[in-house]
Order: sequence, then structure tokens, then C-alpha cells
Amino acid sequence: MSATIPGTGTEPTPATVPHAAAAEMGADGGVIAVLAQIAPRLGDVPRNLERHLSVAAEAREGGAHLVVFPELSLTGYFLKDLVPDVALRQDAPELADLARASDGVDLVVGAVLETEDARFHNAALYFSGGRLVHVHRKVYLPTYGLFDEQRYFAQGDRFRVVAAPLPAARQPRPWHAGLLICEDMWHLSAPMLLARQGIDVLLCPSSSPGRGVAHGAALGTAMSYDAMTRTYAQLTTSYVLYCNRVGYEDGVNFWGGSRIVDPEGRVLVEGGDREELLWHRIDLGAIRRARLAYPLVRDERHDLVDAEIDRLRHRRLTEQ
Amino acid sequence: MTQTVNPAGALAIDAAVVERILVGFLREEVRKVGFERVVIGLSGGVDSALSAALAQRALGAENVVPVLMPYRTSSPQSEHDARAVAASLGLNLEVIDISPAIDAYFEQLPDADRGRRGNKMARERMATLYDMSSKHNALVVGTSNKTELLLGYGTIHGDMAHALNPLGDLYKTQVWALARHMQLPAEVIDKPPSADLWEGQSDEQELGFQYAVVDVLLYNLVDARCTRAELRAMGFEDAFLDEIGRRLRDSQYKRRPPLIAKLSARTIDREFRYPRDWGR
Repeated sequence: MSATIPGTGTEPTPATVPHAAAAEMGADGGVIAVLAQIAPRLGDVPRNLERHLSVAAEAREGGAHLVVFPELSLTGYFLKDLVPDVALRQDAPELADLARASDGVDLVVGAVLETEDARFHNAALYFSGGRLVHVHRKVYLPTYGLFDEQRYFAQGDRFRVVAAPLPAARQPRPWHAGLLICEDMWHLSAPMLLARQGIDVLLCPSSSPGRGVAHGAALGTAMSYDAMTRTYAQLTTSYVLYCNRVGYEDGVNFWGGSRIVDPEGRVLVEGGDREELLWHRIDLGAIRRARLAYPLVRDERHDLVDAEIDRLRHRRLTEQ
Repeated sequence: MTQTVNPAGALAIDAAVVERILVGFLREEVRKVGFERVVIGLSGGVDSALSAALAQRALGAENVVPVLMPYRTSSPQSEHDARAVAASLGLNLEVIDISPAIDAYFEQLPDADRGRRGNKMARERMATLYDMSSKHNALVVGTSNKTELLLGYGTIHGDMAHALNPLGDLYKTQVWALARHMQLPAEVIDKPPSADLWEGQSDEQELGFQYAVVDVLLYNLVDARCTRAELRAMGFEDAFLDEIGRRLRDSQYKRRPPLIAKLSARTIDREFRYPRDWGR
């Protein structure tokens, strides 16, 4: 179901899956996912942590297996010089709290992670079964237009798939998930590298500022993400779970529109521009069916891709 | 997103989307800093009418304090139109005559030209709005649009002073479009724009060009970042391009906070960079 997040005063939105039915829906091997489309408070980690824990509790009680929060959901987005103030080390008590909260429901949380040598990463953390099981550090840090991420953050250096345990869901095997944080999605190589490792789902936390209000175009940014999420789902024949935040920071609006897209590129559920929890049952059988209809994963020419990339790499190195 | 080079159509906005974003902007950015109410200088013109209409939708009529601040030479039509706007939005208009304050000041300085007098009036209105802000525990909402901000057609620390501005990213042409979408009184939308600082003043006469023309140029220059050759190909003449380029450069100081002489390793707004919504 779609529910009001406690303590925010936002209006309830119409239910899409009744709470009681959610638990039953998990019984047949599906994964019940929740997109937590929230408006984090800028620079206030204790308050945002509290929100995460209450959403996790509500999701667990409702029978969900996975909750995806937006990019930098523990901190807010336009942090500027607040980055070191809100950063967490991997042994931070806040992360231990989130790990404990992931006993019974997997959590994908956005945070600033600090390394031992004082580098700060815009990171997405995957918690499962009481542990932090995977970290994706944002690779592509936008530094143009209204963005200034490379001034404050260090670049991630890898795209790796996590075998998401989803212990709460009755499944024959772990779920293979690739994480892309917002701007990572704008680089074609990113979903390609994840897809090549074998994925069932792309998990995409985002803090996308709304802009572009030309007539007949709805919101320009929303159109871009509509195209990307549907294209990536269809071309990888995987689910895409896109969770964008809402609210305003320093006059900039975040447009929401969180969505789940199925492996044939169909939008199954979509959020508005207010805070809400979007619940949806993901039918894992749809991945197999899509790959029977469109055997793109089977037909991918890894030998050809490797040979071409080797050639380009050789050329780049010898031309220097 | 790439902007298309489309001389007139590029200024067309999806007014419903814009209204939703601006109403949310006022609601959230006002409440976030602990306020419920706003105060707006209502002039009878379309910009202040639109700011007031957005604030009324965001916060409710009871939380919007419109203030009319006429000088004795202000056009009676302005007051008439401001009253029509307030009535159409269900707002209680406060009227504060700035003539005594302005006249007392210029009694000592009778040689002041109309430019100085106009700027002094704009700053008297600012001072009045900030006093009303204190009286009503309300934030001052601005009414400067993108065209006048880019051209520097406003008084620094006068009408350019406010806590937050819903219109600053809308060209004048787009202000008109949104005003029509929000069904503001037609006479306010259709009348020739004027700062009404002296009798018979008109924006387009004083500037020497029409908003409909300069907005297309500014959009293609500022938003779409077209080259001079591309602007020429749209039909803009070199003299006009030079004039607008000069206006943009000469007014840049008005759009920036005051210069701070750098001494330390962490100077305010240079290396010391925090969001305004810090912890909000």
C-alpha cells in the first residue's frame, strides 16, 4: 500500500496494495518492495535516522522484503561544507542501528561514508539480515550546472553486483542487484557493466532536482528519467527500482516520481511529488518470461565487446 | 537538458507544472524556517499580483499580508488595481502612505533628480515591508522577475531586497502566461508595465525595447547559451546585442552579495559554503 510516513504531516495517497494482503503476496516467491520517497532534513542525521528506522519498522510489519531510500537519504543532498559533519565511518553507531533494523527487511540507504584517509563518498548501503552486506560509492559525480559534487566527494571506482540475500522472502536463490546512484544512470557504461555481471534488478536511489518547465514537456528531468528507467529495464530485461526524493533545498525542488519498471519496460507503480511509501510486489517470474520473449542476455556477444574494448584500450595507451 | 533554439516557442511554459513547483516552494521554504505568514508589497502590477496569488495558494489568504505603499504622485489606477487583486484573492490590503517620509527626506535635498527619488521610494518601501515583517512575524516575499533581474532594472536593497522570490526564474513573458493561467484580473495583466516611480513612467519606454523581444533574446543568450552568430541568425542586430550584453555585465554586482576582502583561508561564501537550508 501507499502510506503516509508518520510524523510528516503529508496527505495520505491512495493505497495500491492493502497492508494485510502484502504478507500473503510474499508467500509465492515474489519480493515485496517499498520505495521510501521521503524528504530528508538537510544535515540532520539523527532525525533522518529516526525516519529510516520508523519506515523500516512499518515496512517489516507490513510484510515487505526490501526498502529503497533515496540518494543521501540520511543527510539531504545540497550539503556543501556539511559533508564532513554528516559523514559516517563504516563502524558508526548509526550504521549499526540500520543494520539491526535490516533483520527481517533489506534496506538500501543513502549516506556520506568517510574512509580512514579522510575521503568522503556519496554512497548507497545495502543492509540485510542484520548486516551491512554491500556498499556502492557513486562513480559519476556531477560537477556542472547546479551540481558541485566533485568539490566535496571522492569518486567511487567500481560497479559490482550484490547477491542480495533477501532472507525474509522465500526464494530459491539470492537476488542479484546492481546499484546506480542518480548520475551513474546517465552513463551508458554503468548499467552495461552491471548487466554483464548478471542482474535481476537495478536499484537506483536518486536526488534529482526538477528543472525544465517548457510547454508540453511536463518536467524536463522527469522525462529524462522516464526514458532511462524504461530503456534500462527493457535492454537488461531486469527490474528497475528508482527511488527519488521530494521536498525543497535552498529553493531547488526534488520531483519524486519514484517508480518500479518491469523487465519489459512497463511502469508498474509511480509516485507523485509528495512524501509517500510506494509498495509493490515484484513477480520474479516476469524476469524469466521477459528473457524467453527477448533473449538479449543470452545473445550478448561478450567476446566481441572484450575484443573491441581491448582494441580501444590499446589505441588509447599507444596514442599517449 | 539541451535547450532548443526556438525564438518564440522556447518561452512557452507548462503553467500548471510551474504553479505546482512555486506553490510548493513558498509553502516549504517559508515553513521550514519557522514562519507561517508572508508580507508582499502589492503595487497594482502583474508581478506582485502573481507573487501574492502564489502565496495565497501556498499558505492561505489569512497568512498573506499585502501592503500598498503609494507616494502622492502614484497613479490612482495602481491603487485601484491593487485593491482589485487583493479582493480577488480574498486578502486584506494594508495601505501605508510613504509620502511624508519621502518628502521629509528630500526637503533637505531638493536638488535630487527623479532617479534618486525613485530609488529612495523603492528603499522606503523595502524598509516598510521589513517593519511589517516584524509586526506580522512574516517573511518578505519578492516580486522581481528574471528579465528585470538580468537587465538590472530594479533598485538594489530596494525592490531587490526580500527573503525569498518565487518569480526570479520567470521571464516577464512567462509571468504574464502564469498570471493568465492563475486567472488574475485581466486589467492587471493587460496594462503596460510600469514601476510607477513618477507620473507616466513605462518600463518599455524607459528600457527602449519590448519585453516580448528582449525575453526571446535573454532566453537564447542566458538559458540556451547561443553564440553571437546564432543570435544574429535569429534576427537580433549587433547594436541590440551589445546593449543587452552591457546591461548584463553592468548589473552583475546587483545580483551578488557584497564583496568581502579575502584574508583568511576560509572566507565567508568563498570557501565557507553552507546551504541556506542548513538543518532545515
